[in-house]
Amino acid sequence: MINIEFVDAILQVKNLGKTYSSNGKALTVLNNVSFSVEEGATMAIVGPSGSGKTTLLGLCAGLDKSSTGSVELNGIALDKLNEDKRAQVRNLYIGFIFQNFQLLPTLTALENVMVPLELRGEKNVKTAALSLLDKVGLSSRINHYPAQLSGGEQQRVSLARAFSNNPKILFADEPTGNLDSDTSENVVKLLFELNRDAGTTLILVTHDIELAQKTQRIVRIKAGTLFSDELVNVPG
Amino acid sequence: MEKQTPGFSWLLIMAWRDSRKNLSRLLLFVSSIIMGIAALVAIYSFANNLRDDIDKQAATLIGAHIAVHTNKKPESKIVSQLDALGNKRSYEQSFASMVYFQKSKGTRLVQIKAIEGDFPYYGKIESKPASASTTFRNKKEALIDKTIMLQFNAQPGDSVKIGDVTFKIAGILQKAPGQTGISASIAPIVYIPLRYLEQTGLSQKGSRINYNYYFKYDNPEKVAAEVKRITPGLEKEGLDIRTVETQKKDTGRAFQDLTDFLSLVGFVALLLGCIGVASAIHIYIREKINTIAILRCLGVKGSFAFLIYLIQIAGIGLIGSVLGAASGVFIQQVLPEVLKDILPLDITVTTSWEAITEGILLGLFISVLFALLPLIAIRNISPLNTLRIAFAENENKNDYLKIPVYLLIVLFVYLFSYFQLHSWIKALYFTLGVAAAFLILVGLALLLTKAIRRFFPTNWSYLWRQGLANLFRPNNQTVILIVSIGLGTAFISTLFFIQDVLIKRVTLSASANQPNMVLFDIQTGQKEKVEALTKEFELPLIQKVPIVTMRVEEINGRTAAEAKKAGSLGIPPSAFNSELRATFRDTLISSEKIIKGKWTGSVKSLEDPVYVSLEEGHAERSKLKIGDSILFNVQGALISSIVGSVRKVDWNRVQTNFRVLFPAGVLEEAPQFHVIMTRVSSPQVSVAYQQAVVRNFPNVSIIDLDLILSVLDEVLGKIGFVIRFMAAFSIITGVVVLIASVLISKYQRIQESVLLRTIGASRKQVRAITAIEYLFLGGLAAGIGILISVVASWALSKFVFETSFQPNMVPVLVLFVAITALTVAIGLFNLKGILSRPPLEVLRREV
Repeated sequence: MINIEFVDAILQVKNLGKTYSSNGKALTVLNNVSFSVEEGATMAIVGPSGSGKTTLLGLCAGLDKSSTGSVELNGIALDKLNEDKRAQVRNLYIGFIFQNFQLLPTLTALENVMVPLELRGEKNVKTAALSLLDKVGLSSRINHYPAQLSGGEQQRVSLARAFSNNPKILFADEPTGNLDSDTSENVVKLLFELNRDAGTTLILVTHDIELAQKTQRIVRIKAGTLFSDELVNVPG
Repeated sequence: MEKQTPGFSWLLIMAWRDSRKNLSRLLLFVSSIIMGIAALVAIYSFANNLRDDIDKQAATLIGAHIAVHTNKKPESKIVSQLDALGNKRSYEQSFASMVYFQKSKGTRLVQIKAIEGDFPYYGKIESKPASASTTFRNKKEALIDKTIMLQFNAQPGDSVKIGDVTFKIAGILQKAPGQTGISASIAPIVYIPLRYLEQTGLSQKGSRINYNYYFKYDNPEKVAAEVKRITPGLEKEGLDIRTVETQKKDTGRAFQDLTDFLSLVGFVALLLGCIGVASAIHIYIREKINTIAILRCLGVKGSFAFLIYLIQIAGIGLIGSVLGAASGVFIQQVLPEVLKDILPLDITVTTSWEAITEGILLGLFISVLFALLPLIAIRNISPLNTLRIAFAENENKNDYLKIPVYLLIVLFVYLFSYFQLHSWIKALYFTLGVAAAFLILVGLALLLTKAIRRFFPTNWSYLWRQGLANLFRPNNQTVILIVSIGLGTAFISTLFFIQDVLIKRVTLSASANQPNMVLFDIQTGQKEKVEALTKEFELPLIQKVPIVTMRVEEINGRTAAEAKKAGSLGIPPSAFNSELRATFRDTLISSEKIIKGKWTGSVKSLEDPVYVSLEEGHAERSKLKIGDSILFNVQGALISSIVGSVRKVDWNRVQTNFRVLFPAGVLEEAPQFHVIMTRVSSPQVSVAYQQAVVRNFPNVSIIDLDLILSVLDEVLGKIGFVIRFMAAFSIITGVVVLIASVLISKYQRIQESVLLRTIGASRKQVRAITAIEYLFLGGLAAGIGILISVVASWALSKFVFETSFQPNMVPVLVLFVAITALTVAIGLFNLKGILSRPPLEVLRREV
């Protein structure tokens, strides 16, 4: 097993484990996982269904607390923070892209993109949000609600929202899982373009090997443990 | 890690953004409190109007500046003292007597008011023709209450015989000062000029006459000083003094009780609505879990997410309260009409901003308070819900914040009821009562759903199984609907039962060999003749009772004045106040039972002590015990006695029962009148017998049980109308909660209905499943409500009315069917939109 460690890592995962209690029985979903990710890198987490890759993503993004081990993001030990502090970290440093888009259904496309900026208490957020929507090709759909947009369009709004707070790291959970192949291709292209332009670290969870191979590094998870960690596209 | 936080304005914006697509649903949730707020605003406004009107009209209730009342003919020195009061004086004697309508030959027991002077000085006696209320005073004419004019089809100009005198009917009495619709039903008034009273022969010694004196002052400012001056002397003589001020206080107090009672009933409707709101918000928040999880993912703090939804609920609560207050203003216009039969004054309807503000603030507060329970769960919604993780824990079931919220709710109910009841203990009982009612309903609802689950009929057809299973499947509305509809049903059906119990009690006492006609005020000289007349009609003389009127002069050697001065003696002034009607016999009758001491049936010699027997309640009220001595004043003659025994008396029987019973051998020679009881078998005999009695013995009054039944029916009808009106708020709230819950469950059930249709279920089948679900729901809710009402009515019958309870199920079954049918109808109506459109369109539109 290769263990790649970076000195100036944006994300440092050490001996990470997660155990859930189900019907009074302990169920270990993740066990002793360690790796680190360099700032600006792209990485894919792959593995079969139920292998624990989404749990790993959730822990790395500070959506949950680990049972054992630690996660350090941008130098901040997430496990030592309470949920509100972790929310603050998410707002300041993290962007999210979900398989089922997870747009706020009662907000328009524009408002969905504005929310992360508004949360930071920033002013004149509309201009920035409009510019991002323009970048994803949705300037004509800004006042549409999610239900009025196609799947591809919704994921593009999701991309615009993910980049709106200039995150240090972007977590994408099966970003093309709910899209047809043509739409997937466009969304993936847009995701990598925006990521490159913004210099953001990208970590994506996917089943899709083709998509995983577009990243610089592939981490394989099997039965909750890190099975392999390989560099596939070294930037140069 | 530094970050600016969004301001309150952002929370407001987010609350608006999040709610704008759900406004109609949120309004639907909050519609549950509209009726409760409407009821309270209407009642508060009515109470404020009433308070103002009592202030303005107190003088018309009493009709004069000062009114003096006594039930004992005042001695001449008192009369001369009274004659010196006021600048204008009126004098009235009132008593119960029979009237005989010559045209229709009808007879009826009425309240005769023989009047002299221009009373009332404030307000007026309303009559038809209007002039009749003045003209009858100078002629041999009578003014007769509209109810009996109608009963005997009498017209002004007809003749009516009162005692020995025939009066011409001057007009129809529409309303007397201070008279209410109910008092008119119980004791319809007949006014005659006082100067003819003597000739009627009805004012003989021993007759039970009330003496009223009314005084008007040209300079009203003198009244207070005058009252202060005359009160001690007159009270010492047992006269009762009323002024505009005391009338204001008394009427205010009486109606404070009424409006407080109505407020509590309205409050129950509001509480019901609040539980509806809490339940609806609970489902709303459950649907919002994903949205909240996304917000949390994007960095929104738990407290901010909580505030976003709190603002929504507060905003919608405010809208609901304003709508409720507006409806309340409308209902306020109706209240005086509803309550007219129990109000002695005219109510002016003016908008009370005080009541509106109170109602809106209350609505806002209570909707937020009850929404807090589901709202605090927001803090625990994990951002993990955005990911596909099955183990995400959304709610911390042991949230410590729930305890203070529950405490706050209980405290609020307690304080609210305290401000209506003005008693910590009563408020505690009310709070416990409300909590018990809700807990019983919730408990029964949970028990039922568990029982259905446990004993699920697996061999039933799919449609029935699906409909029944909906009662316990996730997102069911079973508990809230059973609580709301059940409580409303219980309310209405208890009312039916109790009305029935009261009517039956009187009807039962008329059965078998019980007397159904009571003749009273028979003078000693008339006794044998009345008995002979009764025998002539072949009627039985079931009971013959002598009655002696007397007053209490001293208790344990203390007079009323001394007892009042030495308050520590523990003898309440009321022990001396009223005129007592006692009888004497050597044996007890079937309605009596000695519970303390020993009954002594006769006094052998004048030197022997006289042991009297007191009725249990009278002994308790007067704080008298075995061995106490009482000095009675029997129309001038003083008789010493000792309390020898205490009796339990069954007042429900048609029998003459007495607070004080003397042994034989003491009162035989005292001035007395007699009561005879008989049983009349048919209405024809009853009419003929009454006519003969009134014709031959005009001073004798007759109580006809049939008349009492019809009066009771009328009075209960009038009071029942008020209670039904108030119960309607609970019922309407229940229906609104029902509609809201059904519509909310529409969102819960829509996907599976569409799915069922997609996999080939026909409209008929989907409709059948829905109908079955709501049939069970409506039936269970109404059934439990009726069950509770049966238990409550049984308890009321046994412990309050002390009678047996045999429920008449017919009206209640009608109620059961109506409520069940309504529930099914609302459920089916709701399905209309889903069934008439293609499945895909429905999913895109509604989900």
